[in-house]
Amino acid sequence: MEKKQIIEKRKPPIASIGTIGWIKGNLFSTWYNSLFTLLGIYILYSIIPPIVQWGIIDAVWSGEDRTVCEWYDENKVKYRAGACWLYIKVWFNFFSYGFYPDAEQWRVNLTFIILAISIALFFIPNFKKKHYIGIFLFVGYPIIAFFLLSGNETLGLHHIPTHKWGGAFLTLLLGGIGIVFALPLGIVLALGRRSQLPVVRALCIMFIEFWRGIPLITVLFFASVMFPLFVPQGVDIDTLLRCIVGLTIFGGAYMAEVVRGGLQALPKGQYEAAQAVGLGYWRMMGLIIMPQALRIVIPGIVNTFIGLFKDTTLVAIISLMDLLLAVFTSQANPDWMGFPFEGYIFIAMCYWIFCFSLSRYSLRVENKLMVAHQR
Amino acid sequence: MNVRTDIIKPPKQDIFQSGKFRSIVVQSIVMFLVVAFLGWIVSNTATNMKANGISHGFGFLSETSMFDIGYLPFIDHTAAHTYINAFFVGLLNTILVAVLGIFLATIIGFLVGVGRLSDNWLVSRFCGFYIEALRNIPLLLQIFFWYHAVLRILPRAKNSINFNDHFLLNLKGLFLSRPVPENGFNYLLLAGLFSIIVIIIIYLWSKKRQNLTGKQFPILYFSLAILIIPFVIISFIYNFPITLEQPVLKGFNFKGGIRLIPELVALLLALSLYTAAFIAENVRSGILAISKGQKEAASAVGLTQGQILRLIIIPQAMRVIIPPLTSQYLNLTKNSSLAVAIAYPDLVHVFAGTALMQTGQAVEILFMTMSVYLSLSLTISLLMNWYNSVMALKDR
Repeated sequence: MEKKQIIEKRKPPIASIGTIGWIKGNLFSTWYNSLFTLLGIYILYSIIPPIVQWGIIDAVWSGEDRTVCEWYDENKVKYRAGACWLYIKVWFNFFSYGFYPDAEQWRVNLTFIILAISIALFFIPNFKKKHYIGIFLFVGYPIIAFFLLSGNETLGLHHIPTHKWGGAFLTLLLGGIGIVFALPLGIVLALGRRSQLPVVRALCIMFIEFWRGIPLITVLFFASVMFPLFVPQGVDIDTLLRCIVGLTIFGGAYMAEVVRGGLQALPKGQYEAAQAVGLGYWRMMGLIIMPQALRIVIPGIVNTFIGLFKDTTLVAIISLMDLLLAVFTSQANPDWMGFPFEGYIFIAMCYWIFCFSLSRYSLRVENKLMVAHQR
Repeated sequence: MNVRTDIIKPPKQDIFQSGKFRSIVVQSIVMFLVVAFLGWIVSNTATNMKANGISHGFGFLSETSMFDIGYLPFIDHTAAHTYINAFFVGLLNTILVAVLGIFLATIIGFLVGVGRLSDNWLVSRFCGFYIEALRNIPLLLQIFFWYHAVLRILPRAKNSINFNDHFLLNLKGLFLSRPVPENGFNYLLLAGLFSIIVIIIIYLWSKKRQNLTGKQFPILYFSLAILIIPFVIISFIYNFPITLEQPVLKGFNFKGGIRLIPELVALLLALSLYTAAFIAENVRSGILAISKGQKEAASAVGLTQGQILRLIIIPQAMRVIIPPLTSQYLNLTKNSSLAVAIAYPDLVHVFAGTALMQTGQAVEILFMTMSVYLSLSLTISLLMNWYNSVMALKDR
């Protein structure tokens, strides 16, 4: 009998582990993958260095006026440095608050600080009484915010008319109000759509499908042209308020469909069990169904909110001074004309950071819910 | 034994407690409130319109409009034409941008979605970057970006970006060569139609045969042959009956060929790139939704990679993809109304914008505009639902 010997351990071939192995497996596994990789590297090589050069190395970060970004020599030949971030810096206050008077801007800041603190408390994992914060955010906070922003002479706050509100502040306001009012409206519509009462159901379906079927811009036209005709003569509704009503109804119709998804996803047993212990319709919905249904659809709600937030840019078309229109207005200023790319990049970054972080949050909730579901 | 036989009567139900009665009451109240609210709005509107001297009715549609529309690929419109003509011009321009946008967005979306799942690290990262970057930036900003920032730095007509004289890009828009039918073109059309019918017959026959005997038929090569051979023969006889009309520089602008105005190009680029990012995510989740076992089973029975993709993966993935794809198509169509921001003469710009400003008949005009979008949405939904039912799992 031959003696059996254990073969010495050998290292895996160098081409299958480590950096080389990774490169071979992920970049050059087949001939067409190699082709794609080379093409990709070429594209990156031709795009990234000029962008870095323009946006960072040659960029102007500080100075007094546009002559540091763009100047003429004695032969009237135009020279231009890289990106003129100075332009953003100079206009930053306008981009943030619009025409809101400088002396009163603390009120805007305070409004957002209160909001930030409440939201932060909401997300502390072991903090009890979260429902109080929820109620405060949806009921108390809008009232406080209204008095702070609009002003009230008896409280000693000057009245600031809404046409002076603008910039990122207005964008956040529109988005925030959109979610605060659209979610309750959506819940009501979703319940109505699943109601046993045929008249209520038909009305809700018609309402939801009508607003979902038309573009937001026609809703805003509707709000700006038709609403004044709808109310009795002499009643004047603020343009901003009209827009908010339009946005809320529009967002509410989409929210209703999201909530309906959650209601449909709950097993029938939940309804039957609630009825078996003798709960009526409202208590069944409030205590058993809604808490579960809304939990399931948090990702959907966040995604709808992201959509609504991006769509608030459309108010620029009916001349509300949101972030987009604020940047456009600054570009029409003769002293600062001609830096469109910087402006676009600034707006894009603002929206991108906000929407991307929200979408990551919704993804995290989704994964967490999926794990909880599998247990 | 004495058994009590008298029947216990159910307690007499209070009529106010019965579910039926309550449901009727609640519904009547809701109905009453809605009707009262609508009535209030209608009466207010009527008073306001009377007080402001706004006329009503659809009579204005046959009046002459006092404006020109610059871009008219389909029908003419000048100041002498009526408002209803402007309505149709806008409608056709909206449909044009929606159809082209859906076409482009689908292609780009599928490519990016598949690329996101590529085993090439660079390609998958690249597609991921594309999706995350475009999804999270407002569409209106993207439209402005393409229109004001990108298309404005294009060269003038004289030194336009030129590919082979058939594809020219400059400040005035995108110019393409237009195929012009010549003598004998009808025969070509006829031959094409005939070929398609023959191919359908062969396809049905081969499918039947495969179901019966299991033998496959090389349908692709046959179809190509049937399509190409008559085409070549007729082209040879009639000396190629299609010529390309090239855009030619006359003065400051190009004449001839097909012209896509910069507004349309910007709108199309923004709409299709933006929607493609969403479609890509749908495609990706659709492909990921197929269990690995399907692929493994398919390779176990000896299908090739191409066959697995074509026969196993795509048909199943499509079932998951179609419903969200439908809502993306709807979104694209509705978003095409953002054309108004860059003055592309679509329905909202021409009709709900210019015509509304001139006539002041907001109620009628917005009613018509909304109806158009509602019917467009409905049409797309119906088409996609039909396609969905074709692709759906056939339960036996």
